[in-house]
Amino acid sequence: MNILISTPLRPFAGGQHVLQVEAGTVGEAIRALTGAHPELRKHLFTPEGKLRAFVNLYLNEDDVRYLPDRENTRVSAADSLSIIPSIAGGTGHPGGRALIILQPAGEAEIWN
Amino acid sequence: MSILRLPRFIYDEIRAHGEETYPQECCGALLGHPAAEGWRIVASVRSGNTRTDSAHNRYQIAPVELVHIQRTARRQGAEIAGFYHSHPDHPPQWSPTDFAEAHWLGCSYVITEVAQGKAGRTNSFLLAGTTEEDKHFEDEAIVMDDERIGAPSA
Repeated sequence: MNILISTPLRPFAGGQHVLQVEAGTVGEAIRALTGAHPELRKHLFTPEGKLRAFVNLYLNEDDVRYLPDRENTRVSAADSLSIIPSIAGGTGHPGGRALIILQPAGEAEIWN
Repeated sequence: MSILRLPRFIYDEIRAHGEETYPQECCGALLGHPAAEGWRIVASVRSGNTRTDSAHNRYQIAPVELVHIQRTARRQGAEIAGFYHSHPDHPPQWSPTDFAEAHWLGCSYVITEVAQGKAGRTNSFLLAGTTEEDKHFEDEAIVMDDERIGAPSA
């Protein structure tokens, strides 16, 4: 299957935009990727081995976090896995309006 | 200091987007190519702001939209070079929220001030560093059609 590497991760993946791995599941694909490019590991996982909260994995159009089998989801050679960091921000300034306080995002529970 | 090269029509498009969404924040992606001194932008893509609960002071681009934008970029032989968003009635400097939520190392973050509905200053910041632990924003000069229009400190 193809793994699509986003801009900030490319320097740690041999400069490649797309990498091909042989894998039966999403988890196997990620392990194959980080096995071939160990520098990627610290960018994808916390020191405790959990997927960083801001790293999104999309199997084709689907967020892996919300797939029933998550990292154990079966994949085929025709599938594409996108690794894409989140993008967000803003002034964070209340500007005279109600400031909505959000709970900080926890680390993903998959990849334990 | 790195340089972000922007065609004038993209610079104008970013600012127009900010005026259209005022008093809410706009956001979008910048597609381009790496150059010796920074990114050379060739296209911009408007995105929806999914932070509808607090769009006046927050923005977020849906990850699935990023997946689509990334595919579009690759089809055009380009890559996601950075992002832009607006600061309604707020200076065009990165905020603690911007920094905390910035994860695209090596990419440009363009911020346009929109004061009372009119686009003001537009700045760019490079997210430098090699990890989440040492990331930091650096001021970046914007050069538009070979005309330098300033840097955040200017």
